[in-house]
Amino acid sequence: MSLITTLARLEAVRTGRAQPAATVRHRHLSDRPLVFVPLTTAGEAGAPLGALVGTDRDAPHLLVVPQPRDRDLRFAFLADLADIVLPHIEAYAESVEAAERTETDPETGKRVKVEVDLCADAAQLVVPSRAGIDFVRLLGRSMRFRRTAEQDPETPHPAPPRVPLLGRWLTHYGERARVPGSSLLLAMTDLLGRHWATGQSTLEDQHLGALLAWIAPENSPEDSPENSPQDSPEPCRTGAEAARRAELARDADGQLLCPPAGPATDPAFDNRLLAPAIERYDRARTALAAAEDGLEADDRLGALTAAEREIRELVDSRTRPTWDAVWRGLDLLRALPEGAHTEERWMRDRWSFTSHRDRILAGEPPQPRRDDAVTAANKLATREREQARLEAQEALDDPLVMAGRRLSGEAFAGEVVDVVMAYSESKRPSPRPLVTVRTDDRPHLGERVKVYRSLGGRPQTAEYVGPAFPDDTADGTEPGTGTGPGTTTDDGTLVLRITDKMGRGKEPEPGSVPEKGDLVCFTLFEHEQRGGAKLPDPEQTPWTHGGPPGEAAAVPEAADAQTEEDVL
Amino acid sequence: MTAEALIAPAPAPATFDPGAEAARATAAILHDTLHGTERGVVVDSPPGAGKSTLVVRAALELAEAGRPLMVVAQTNAQVDDLVLRLAEKNPDLPVGRLHSSDTDPYDKALDALGNVRKSAKAADLAGQAVVLSTAAKWAHVKVDEPWRHAIVDEAYQMRSDSLLAVAGLFERALFVGDPGQLDPFATVGSEQWAGLAYDPSSSAVTTLLAHNPALPQHRLPVSWRLPASAARLVSDAFYPYTPFRSGTDHGDRSLAFTVPSDGSGPDRVIDEAAASGWGLLELPARHTPRTDPEAVRAVAAVVRRLLDREGRATSERSPDPAPLTAARIAVGTAHRDQAAAVRSALADLGVTEVTVDTANRLQGREYDVTVVLHPLSGRPDATAFHLETGRLCVLASRHRHACIVVCREGVDALLDDYPSTEPVQLGTLVKFPDGWEAMFSTLDHWQQHKVSWRP
Repeated sequence: MSLITTLARLEAVRTGRAQPAATVRHRHLSDRPLVFVPLTTAGEAGAPLGALVGTDRDAPHLLVVPQPRDRDLRFAFLADLADIVLPHIEAYAESVEAAERTETDPETGKRVKVEVDLCADAAQLVVPSRAGIDFVRLLGRSMRFRRTAEQDPETPHPAPPRVPLLGRWLTHYGERARVPGSSLLLAMTDLLGRHWATGQSTLEDQHLGALLAWIAPENSPEDSPENSPQDSPEPCRTGAEAARRAELARDADGQLLCPPAGPATDPAFDNRLLAPAIERYDRARTALAAAEDGLEADDRLGALTAAEREIRELVDSRTRPTWDAVWRGLDLLRALPEGAHTEERWMRDRWSFTSHRDRILAGEPPQPRRDDAVTAANKLATREREQARLEAQEALDDPLVMAGRRLSGEAFAGEVVDVVMAYSESKRPSPRPLVTVRTDDRPHLGERVKVYRSLGGRPQTAEYVGPAFPDDTADGTEPGTGTGPGTTTDDGTLVLRITDKMGRGKEPEPGSVPEKGDLVCFTLFEHEQRGGAKLPDPEQTPWTHGGPPGEAAAVPEAADAQTEEDVL
Repeated sequence: MTAEALIAPAPAPATFDPGAEAARATAAILHDTLHGTERGVVVDSPPGAGKSTLVVRAALELAEAGRPLMVVAQTNAQVDDLVLRLAEKNPDLPVGRLHSSDTDPYDKALDALGNVRKSAKAADLAGQAVVLSTAAKWAHVKVDEPWRHAIVDEAYQMRSDSLLAVAGLFERALFVGDPGQLDPFATVGSEQWAGLAYDPSSSAVTTLLAHNPALPQHRLPVSWRLPASAARLVSDAFYPYTPFRSGTDHGDRSLAFTVPSDGSGPDRVIDEAAASGWGLLELPARHTPRTDPEAVRAVAAVVRRLLDREGRATSERSPDPAPLTAARIAVGTAHRDQAAAVRSALADLGVTEVTVDTANRLQGREYDVTVVLHPLSGRPDATAFHLETGRLCVLASRHRHACIVVCREGVDALLDDYPSTEPVQLGTLVKFPDGWEAMFSTLDHWQQHKVSWRP
């Protein structure tokens, strides 16, 4: 945790309110995000219990699996989910604009520009917490290798038609969420945690209710009017109290007032409410199956419907507070102005979305279970590059983030107190002006360390020459030769040599060199990331990495074989 | 140190002749490299065991055999160092230094060498007997005809994905490195690939051996850098299954000071370290920020006194005592801000020439005396970063004469409170020893050389 985050958290503890950790919004938010609040069944990994999903905060779709162990009901749930999620995604996938992309021509090997379709916007998915992202990934993995009856008439348990496709999209979203700064699939706790610092640990911040209690305590669910007075004895004075109540407060029946954001449910809910309801549902279903005549069946169908409705109400009651909390979080985030580079990163998300659409349209098989060596290395390289890009862009977009970097010695801001024109010692001397900056920051500078500032959105490079001695040159040292690397004099005045972005002429272009009195901010980190080296194609995987994946990898993988445990 | 490198130690002969042992190992390595049938040879080298010497020698022999050779190192400093060593051994060998197109891409000292051609384009260097560059630069090189041979230096510090990018450039390779030093790391999570043989964030050697388990593996048995007082502890603590010996014996080296002790804590710990090879300067227990001002000042004070007391180092290298200059002293820390704090504390005491750096940057370097700020000093917790075996191993194995550790009291209790809790991933090799164990055994040993000091 950086020093400035620690300070913000201490301040949050002292004031009882979350402190801003950003002055702008660092993630893109769609106008129509698809919010997905899933619940899973305790002890049954990958068995959904239900979900609220939709784009209308007042009218979410409630999907419920009344008996999560029943494969057919689970498939019905997934089919319903596909009917809501896929049309939303496809609406975005169908609206395209023309764009240019550089590709390697397969014949000449040259880099050429080709005109391609780019989706005008991408569908955004928002889940309450990081565990929700894992659940999206799990759902994707469980669905994408399924076979429909159409694909394989022999398959023993054919999946509903659109389920494997949903699995491929959710897999793509889950994988994209691992790219730093991406916004296709967002967790609300991560979003809020990025923009506010609370007085609790990051682990506790994973509880959406507690996190919101710190950020906006007056709106916390226990204070909302629909709760009975005995549930909310008095308004909470501090975020810590509100968060504690959000985490622990229970009603007379022992149920949490603020249910966990899921997908895991509270054991007290499972044991006291859900399990008996599912049992009643099972009994009603058995009774219906045993009905001997139509009249009896009608009655028992009524009982079954009632039992199912009861479970639906239970699931609704546990997901609705989280649903509202996610939308409240969206409100809070939308109140922040969007960071300048956010749109550029969203553009990458759009490319990612478009390329997955293209793979599906081209009839490619689902994503393999495991990455091959080259794909894994490419993904890691991309993510590291995006991480560095994100860190640089957030600092450039947001003075508060930059303040954190300045505090940790990775940047410095100050006033230009002197500019001396100088030239490089080459045949055609280029301008290399020496700029003296007075700063209160303590950057970790060493001799000839490169520093960067943003000049009209492009990085300008300078190198550190050394500390300046404005009054004290008595010992005969030149500026910058006085002390060793890594030290600045106590008055914090240092000399930089600007090395680029001054044009081709002998005189620097106007505005390209800071002037006396200018306020400047230089960073020790680069603003833009270099592209990495091109890795070999997977078919060219070298012997050190096991050689080419070979024929085996070319065949689309089958789903896991059935085991006895699979059949319940 | 990985479990796959587990080789039963050869029974030590009654009289251990370090020179002969090392020569035998080197001969076997060169034989496998020049005449072996396998595509790769792996050499594990403990700290200061003559890894660079081996690389230079293998390069010269391969060049003499007329095999075009590429050398892959991890940093520009390492590449320049190898170029200089090659030129020293054979000033006529045509050497190519492939460099980046940044400003000052290589050490200016290379300009003085007539046999070294430098270029940012690999095509310009075709025909040179040996071409050297960093892994990052090699990754951008495209060739029609791969090199017959490659030497990969610091292969344990190279990431698997980095090897993937360059492995197509050569047919066969000699991989040399120190398994006990810091593992490569990724700046983003890579749990997704944990357990895969080609996990891109693992070390190049791990991937190489997972796919080619039959490759011959050798080990250099003698550390020429570490004194007899240190080799045993470093070997036991960090290389329990691949022990090594020091090339010199107790008494072969000595460190003496002209100016006598003034009885202060720093002077007492200096004398203890000069006599025994280790010194632990223990400050009172306290939870502190990372840049603990008291500990930082203590480190600076020890360095100042090391210089003021005019040390004289005697070793097998020179019969006459060599002065202990600032260039022969280094300070090692875990974090960069700690290094920056020590630098500025040293500047306040008028010391500017002493190297102060993090463990990552001190890898491969050698000094007479090192002063180490213990990674766990003053910490309220012990994270995986601070417990990493390689970090402590680097810090404790840079010295030829003595190492002084500055630490706050209470690390033993901290270790009791924070047992290693790294998640176990299926399919990954469990590392031995774990950092916790290494922390404990080194601290235990250093207790015998403790000087408590209340500044």
